[in-house]
Formats: sequence, C-alpha cells, structure tokens
Amino acid sequence: MTKDFKLDFSRRGLLKAGAASGLVAASPAFFMRNAWAEDFRNNPGNAGEVKLGFNVPQTGPYSEEGKDELRAFKLAVKHLNGEGDGGMLNTFKPSSLKGNGILGKKVTFATGDTQTKSDAARASAKRMIEKEKVLMVSGGSSSGVAVAVQSLCQEEGIIFMAGLTHSNDTTGKDKRRYGFRHFFNAYMSGRALGPVLEKEYGKERRAYHLTADYNWGWTQEESMKDTTEEIGWQTVNTVKTPVGAGDFSQYITPVLNSGADVLILNHYGKDMINSLTQAVQFGLRDKQVNGKNFEIVVPLFSRLMAQGAGEAIKGILGSTNWNWSLQDPGSQAFVKSFGAEYGIPPSMAAHTCYVQTLLYANACEMAGTFYPPEVIKSLEGFKFDGTGNGPTEYRAEDHQCFKDVLVVRGNENPTSQFDLLKVIEQTPRSQVEYDWKIFGGELGPYKV
Amino acid sequence: MDAIFLQILNGLDKGAAYALIALGLTLVFGTLGIVNFAHGALFMLGAFCAVSFNKLLTLSTKVEDTTVTLFKAFKEKPYLEIWFPDAGPVLIDYAIPLSILMAIPVMILIGFVMERGLIKHFYKRPHAEQILVTFGLAIVIQEVIKAYFGANPIPQTAPDILAGSASIGSWIGLGESVVYPWWRLVYLCFSGVLIFGVFAFLQFTTYGMVVRAGMRDRETVGLLGINIERRFTIVFAIATVVAGLAGVMYTPVLPPDYHMGMDFLVLSFVVVVVGGMGSLGGAVMAGFLLGVVQSFASMTEVKAVLPGIDQIIIYLVAVVILLTMPRGLMGRAGVMDD
Amino acid sequence: MKNIPMNDVTRLLIFAAVILTMPIWLIPLGGGYPDLMQKFAIYGIFAIGFNILFGLTGYLSFGHAAFLGVGSYAAVWSFKLFTMNVIPAVLFGVLFAGLMALVIGFLSLRRSGIYFSILTLAFAQMSYNLAYSVLTPITYGETGLQLSQQDPRLIDNLFIEEVSTGLPSTTLFGMKMSGYPGFYFCAALLILCFFISMRIFRSPFGLMLKGIKSNQNRMKYTGLNTRPYMLTAFVISGMYAGLAGSLLAITDPLAGAERMQWTASGEVVLMTILGGVGTLVGPMLGAGLIKYFENIFSGFDNNVLTSAFSFLPDSVAEVVVPVVGLFVGGGWHLTLGILFMIIVIFLPGGIVEGISRLTALFRKRQQSIGGNMTPQDQPGE
Repeated sequence: MTKDFKLDFSRRGLLKAGAASGLVAASPAFFMRNAWAEDFRNNPGNAGEVKLGFNVPQTGPYSEEGKDELRAFKLAVKHLNGEGDGGMLNTFKPSSLKGNGILGKKVTFATGDTQTKSDAARASAKRMIEKEKVLMVSGGSSSGVAVAVQSLCQEEGIIFMAGLTHSNDTTGKDKRRYGFRHFFNAYMSGRALGPVLEKEYGKERRAYHLTADYNWGWTQEESMKDTTEEIGWQTVNTVKTPVGAGDFSQYITPVLNSGADVLILNHYGKDMINSLTQAVQFGLRDKQVNGKNFEIVVPLFSRLMAQGAGEAIKGILGSTNWNWSLQDPGSQAFVKSFGAEYGIPPSMAAHTCYVQTLLYANACEMAGTFYPPEVIKSLEGFKFDGTGNGPTEYRAEDHQCFKDVLVVRGNENPTSQFDLLKVIEQTPRSQVEYDWKIFGGELGPYKV
Repeated sequence: MDAIFLQILNGLDKGAAYALIALGLTLVFGTLGIVNFAHGALFMLGAFCAVSFNKLLTLSTKVEDTTVTLFKAFKEKPYLEIWFPDAGPVLIDYAIPLSILMAIPVMILIGFVMERGLIKHFYKRPHAEQILVTFGLAIVIQEVIKAYFGANPIPQTAPDILAGSASIGSWIGLGESVVYPWWRLVYLCFSGVLIFGVFAFLQFTTYGMVVRAGMRDRETVGLLGINIERRFTIVFAIATVVAGLAGVMYTPVLPPDYHMGMDFLVLSFVVVVVGGMGSLGGAVMAGFLLGVVQSFASMTEVKAVLPGIDQIIIYLVAVVILLTMPRGLMGRAGVMDD
Repeated sequence: MKNIPMNDVTRLLIFAAVILTMPIWLIPLGGGYPDLMQKFAIYGIFAIGFNILFGLTGYLSFGHAAFLGVGSYAAVWSFKLFTMNVIPAVLFGVLFAGLMALVIGFLSLRRSGIYFSILTLAFAQMSYNLAYSVLTPITYGETGLQLSQQDPRLIDNLFIEEVSTGLPSTTLFGMKMSGYPGFYFCAALLILCFFISMRIFRSPFGLMLKGIKSNQNRMKYTGLNTRPYMLTAFVISGMYAGLAGSLLAITDPLAGAERMQWTASGEVVLMTILGGVGTLVGPMLGAGLIKYFENIFSGFDNNVLTSAFSFLPDSVAEVVVPVVGLFVGGGWHLTLGILFMIIVIFLPGGIVEGISRLTALFRKRQQSIGGNMTPQDQPGE
C-alpha cells in the first residue's frame, strides 16, 4: 500500500496523487491502515518477530529439490534463533549474527509453492508479501522463476535472495537491485570445466551439444561452446531439444555417426536424467571415436537429480555449486547439523538457500535496520568466508557471488547412496570471474 | 541411409509406447463410452509396479554406513543377497521382466476396482463429468504415489544381458556403425506381441465378438440377453493391463516418476483422436505414424529448414489429418460426433 | 438458484455487491489480500467467457489458455511500446485474442465433439511450445515478457519527460493498477462481463446456441447455417479470455509462456464443470474455489497447522497434524483431486446444483417437516 501513497512532487506524481486521493475517499478506511506510519514495505516496527518468505517448488518435477530447500530454510531459522548447534553460524565470518534472531527479533517464516511456473511463483510471493507481510523472499529451483520473482520483489521493495538459479540472466540482463544470487551461473560452469576438460580429454576433441530449448539451455550452451573452442575443441553440432521431451532417442542416434567424440548435455532436471540414461543405453560410453573414448559431459550436475539417472552418471564430468563431501569447517558444520536433523546430507540447493538466509540476516545486523536500501548496501561488496566455497564476495555491480566452483565426476565406486559425486577440482574464484558488463542489464534504484 | 533407418527405429519405438497407451484409451472409449483421463495414471501405475517389485526384491536390512562420519547414516543390503548369495543378485537383475508377472494381476485388480467402484456409475453421465472425475482420480493416484515414492525419478535397469547395443547394422547389411539398444528392440517386439494379442482376442474369440458387437450397438446386444456390462468390466481390465505393461517395460528407457502419466496423457489423446475415436486399428496406426514423423522432424537437416518444427510436429500433423479427414484415420461415423 | 424467483437486475445487483465487498468477507477466510482477489476476478472472467462457448453450445475447447496467453503478451507489448495506461492494453489484449480466436475457431469449428477439442488443444499446444522456444525474441520464452527501463513507450514519452528511475507501473490515467485499485478495476470489468454474459444467455442469439447444443442437425434442417453462430460464440469467448489475460498483465506486468500450456486450458474446463456448466455464476464459483486452494492451501505448513490445532491436547495434535499435513502445503493437489471427485460424484451439475439442492431441501423442510425424499434428492449416480 505504501507505494501507492508515497510523496512524489513531480507533475506525474501529483496527477497520480490526485487520482489516488479520489480513491482514498472512496474506499473504506481499513484498507489504509498504517499507510502513513510505515516507512517501508512490511516494516516490522515494534513487533517481536520478523517473518521471512520461503517460496519453493512443492509440486511438480522439482518438488524434491524444493523439499530439501525448505529443510535448509527451517534449519537456518533455527540457527538464527539460537536453537540447535548453530551450524555455519560458528564458521561464518565476519559475522554480526548473535543467535538471538535478527536485530533481536525472533525469526518466523511463511512458505509457498512456486510449482516451477513463473505465474504461480509470483502469485505465491505476492501472497507472502501482501498477506503474510514477509520482509524477504527466498528459494526457487529454476531461472525462469527466479527472474520473475526477482522483478516482482524489485517492484514491491522486498529483498529477494535467489535459490537455485543457474542462468546468466539472473544477475546478467535481468538483474535487479533487490535480487541477490549466491549460486553460480552457466558462464562460471564453463570457465571451471574448461581446464579440467583439457586435462582429462585433451585438446583434440569434437563436441556435440544437446541443449534444452529455452533461455537457460542457450546460455549454458554458449558458455560451454566458448570454453571448449578456446581449448581447441571443434563443435560438430548444437541441437536444441524440446523441454520435457521424455524420449531423446531421435536426438541421440545422430550423435552416433556424427564423428563427435564428446557429448555435452545442456539439460537439467528430468531432461538431464532422461537424456543421460538414454545416451548411455545407446552405448555412447563404450564407443571409440577417432581413436579416443567417447565421453559425456553434464555441465550442471546436481546430486539430488543425478540419483534419478542411477548407474548412468558414473564417470561423467560436470560442475556443481557445492557438495556435501567438502572438508572445510563451514561445509562440515552444515552437513553435521543438517544430517543430525534430517538423517540425509544436504543438496547444493539446500546449501545455497541456507547460506542466503544467513547472509540476509547478517546484512540486517550490519545495517542495524531492516530498511531494504541499507540492507542492500551492506550486502553489496560484502566479503565473507566459512560458508563452504572459500572466500566469497557479493559483487556490488551485479549482485552475483564469486567463489570457488567445484568440478565433479560421477563416482565409479560409491561407498554410500549419497556418495554420488566426487569432487575432482575446486576451481579458484579468480578463474571464473568475469566483467559484469558483458551481460548488460541494469540494477535499478535502491528506493522504490 | 543409416540415419534414416535409425530414425525409423526410434519412431517405431516411440510409436509403440503411444500406441499401447492409446489402444487402451480407445478400447475403453469405444466400448464403455468413457473418456478416461486417468488412463495416463494407469501407465504410471504400471511403471511403479516395476519399481515396487524391485523394492520388494531388494527389501533390505539397514547396515550402518561407516563411510559417513559426520552423522549417523545407513546403507541398505537386500535380504535376498544375504539369504541367497548366488541366486539373489540374478533375481534382482531380472526384476523388470519378472515384475510383469506381478503387474498383470495387480493391474487387473486395479482395473476391476476402478470400473466397478467408479467408472460404471459414469456410463450415462456427460463427457464433461467423466473428464472431471477421472482427472480428479488421476491427481489422487499421482499424489499418493508421490507421497510414498517421492517426486524424483527412480532409475530402473534392464537385465545385464540386455544392457548393451545390438549391432543390427551388420544383420541387414548397413555396416557395423548402426547399433541400437537391445532393450528398445525388446520393447518394440513386446509391444507388437501385446497389440497382436489384443486384436486376436477381439477378433477370434466369441468373447471378443460379443464385445465388438457391443461396441456397435449396445442395446441390441443387451436385448439378446447377454450381460454386456460384465464383459465391459473385462474390457476395462484389459485396457488397464495393456497400459500397465507398457509402463513396466518402459521403465529402463524413462526412469519413472509420479508425473509420467500426465506427460503422456495429452499425447495419447491426440493419438486416439487422430486414429479416429473408438477405432483400435486407427489408434495403433496413428501411434506409429506420429512416432515416426516426430523422429524425422527432430533431425538436424529438417530443423535447419524449419526451426522448432520438432516442438510442434505432432500437433501439426494432428491438425492436418483432422482437417482433411473428418473422423481421423479410421474413425467411424456417429462416434463422439456430438 | 432456480427455486428463487429473481429478475436479472436483482441478480446483477447481488452479484456486484458480493464481488465488491470481497475485501471484507474474504478476511475471515484468509484470502483478503489484493493479489488473490484480483485472481478471483480475472479467472472469473476467463471462466464466464469459457462458459459462453461450452455452456451454451456444448463445444468443449481444450485450448482456451492460448487466448489468455495472447492477451497477456499483447498487453505487455502495449506497455512496452506505447503507454503504461491500461486502456490500450485491454483493447490490444482483447483484439489480438479475438483475431486468434477467429482463425482457430474458423478451422476448428469444421469438426465437432472430441475432434473439435483436440484441434483446439493442438493449436494451443503449438502456441505454447513455440512461445517457450522459437518465438523467444517476441515472448522472452521461459523468463517471460517483462517491462524494462529501455522500453520505448512512445506515447508516454511524448507527454511526460522521464524522471523516475525504476520501472513504471501500470496506470489508469494516473491511478496505479496494483493492489486494491487493481482489484476494483478487475472487479468492475468482471461485473460488466457478467452482465454481458447474462444478456447473451437471454438473447435470441443465446437461444440459437442452445438450440445448436440440443440438436445441431435439426437446426441445420431448418435451413440455418449454424457455423457463423458458433464462430461468433467462439470469438466472444476468446475475447473474454484475452481480456482476462490482459488483466493478468495489468495487475502484474509479466507474461509467461506456461499461461498457454494445456494444463492452463484444462484448469478453466475444470473450473467451469466444477461450478456448473451452463449456469451464470457457476464458472465464477469454480474459478474462485480452485484459485483459493492453489493459493491458500499451498501456504499451510506444519507450523501453521500446529498453531491451528493448538486447542487440541498434545497427544491428539501429534496425530492430527501430520495427517492433515498430507492434504495441505505440497499436498494441495491431493485435496483438489479429491474435491473434484466428490463434487462430480455427489453433485452432478457442480456447485450451483449443490446450492440449489440445499435451498430446495431447506424449503421442503419448511413446508412439511420430515417429508419424503424424492428420488432426485438422493446422491447422484
């Protein structure tokens, strides 16, 4: 409501105000409650509690990921309120978190279902903002949803801490002042994989891309193409596949005799599971082409989804934001308290959501207020460590986190059902950094 | 040439799945006059028969996993492997073909319960209400499966002996490089047998004859003193079994998840209608036709000329056929015209 | 409703009063916030429009979401290219949806029954698949079509020198169209649409359509060419969908491709059947119910449940909360599925039928307490 009645002395503003005051007269008084008292959206004021909104896919193909994100959020809330063993609160530094909620207020939360559809995600975010009066929205498992919710949050003046979103656009051409992404992106996947691919498979390779036919797939394909061509590989062909194709055989058979010796699957989720399973069934992994072993690369690997591909993931290279097998104290502390709570290790989606929640809370503590522009300023350029990926920075120019990226391989001899991915390289941050200007886009204003 | 041959195989394989689902759908429609939106869910239930059978075989005791040090975790060791160290793993390896044995009675039971408990009350209700109730049922079935098995796909492996690819190129003189996975060939043959079986049953048995007569004119058959309703229950059970077995055999190709039925539902309706409502031969023909056309449209050479054609080809073909042939490929007059 | 004698003016007035007071009576139901009320009104328009085709002619279109999507895209493009004023956006949305309905309707109406349904479905699915992939330059694919600061906005820029940073909002001559004003705008249009639909139901044109529904052949034998009537109904209903789509874009300037998916088309079919096919208010009720479940039930989690059942003793609550938890939050689909089945099994004719049965029962009680049940009062089979 505040937005509609802010003071604005431009000519257009006066026009609007005139129209608005007509409406004020017409509508019952209780709609206007607190309209003048608040100085920003959903100001908790003197309340003893603050509410955060966790918007995750609870139905649809990504609901397992959503479930895991929700587990992480609940854990983060617990730790922020000083319950449990504290998890990463003990390793995160520099930390202003005191374990007594945020700015002394107890943290509570509301949940919503994105259904992995941008419409539903926005509706659910709006419910949390308008009805539940949340101060921050977080979560999600796809870039389409992240971009949609992020722009909504910009308009509403609510901070959005993105969950799993890997497209370059989220902090590229669609970046927003109120949106922040801790997760890595397609470009960084490409940069991280390049040297490993060169080392493992050599310079003389011919790559064939199968790409999910939508924004994320295209950015992933572009990044992989650039990287592999830089190390001297040839690109035989790039083929777009419809999302949710199910059976990919008609795209896989042409690979067999194309002369390519590497197949790059720019797929995620169910598409990845199906295309990888079927590619292995077609015997690609047993093939010899140009005197070399045929290889398959999955640029974005998620342990949770990889389970669905079963045996097929063995020996497949890919990149991931985080994996629970990391040995640094931050990761260990997190895995320990997550495992103790739920009996399973956290996924990378859970990790990023957990960290995002802590980062938001910490930024509020640093700013000393919940007032979004100040919170944003304390997040911008914030350097921290102890969250699992080494020293990390929230770049001020595009709100993208820069940190080490993991290159992983599907484990040939898993020791447990969770031990699916093996980290073979922790690509240092410097190698995946890029100039923020290359993707265009504008952050927009602090004050909305 | 190689590429075209392989695409034909791909298309037939895909078409086999479409045809099997569409066959049951059109059978139920032709005999019972029911538009069954839960038919996709039956396909999914079949796939989960395989999953459950696999689970049953690999029923496990929990052994503490010592490799996980940070918290208490458990890994599972199947009883079967503990009790029968030799035969156990072999049995588990053949889980999918064996689960057919379980799927048949289970699917018959499901079909029976569904028809007697719900569908039969909707014979004379408008199609719109049939759609609503079967769609509701499909959602309920899905959500129950999701609550128990989770939303992630569950990988199923074909027996080791069928794991690799067959070098069919050398069989027919196309060269060594033309290979095709064994399991997909098995699936193709299996579908052929199943389709043939259903046709033979309807064509060559007295039972089938009565059913076919019932499809033409239910009232007259009823007047002859034949209990057509009971026969229709059997027909529904047959449709259920066909969908279920298609689901079982498809699991190694497509790791099953709770939503796979919905993914196939719309396509199978398109197949049924393109074939002509209530026409079994039409459904099978349309299934294979659309499968093959889809495969060809996905070829790079075709996509270079018409970008994105593989996204819409099935619907495009459906539109063209329906606009040129009023009742699909082999539909009869008077069925679902109003 | 049919038991209460009422003329159309009172009907309209009651309808308008109920819609406009929504912000008050929805608060106890937990739905009294602008976004949900906007959705009620918008999907109400969508379903009412769908009912003009399905309820009157019996032609079941399974591709109506395509018109919704086109309406949204047209509206957002109008914001981007011309002006943030909502009037042109509404006009463009309705216009483009109408044009598309004309083309699709012209082709699809050559067939009837399920052949018609599958034709419309095929057209809608083609639109969706293309919008998601190949047409990305126009639709922005997966991320959806959004406003940006670089938009030309030709008309706006003629009159107003751009000073503000940040994205402009949609306005009706200066009044912002988000929040409550947005709801009232949608509500006003909903009432208008309801009125038009009522007039159509009562008009000779409407009777003609009903005639086609009951026996198309007989209508043809009287020498009447039914096609133009069908096409008109199809286009009108497509324009309703386009209006709903443009309103979606007005209250929230973003258009995503999944608005055109078959599930979205299926949703409006379900809304209409759930509420009551061919009744005036039924589709609106169905739309409200489904949107309520989608938005409110999905937001319940165990915390909410625990506090809701806190009046129970702990031991009871420990059992009740997890059981109820299966039906809310991530399980809201399950509740919806069960609801579909219960309503259609026990109330053929949808919610409206249920209401009229209740009133009938109530009246009978008044007339003769303990009176006999007529066969029609038994649960429908």
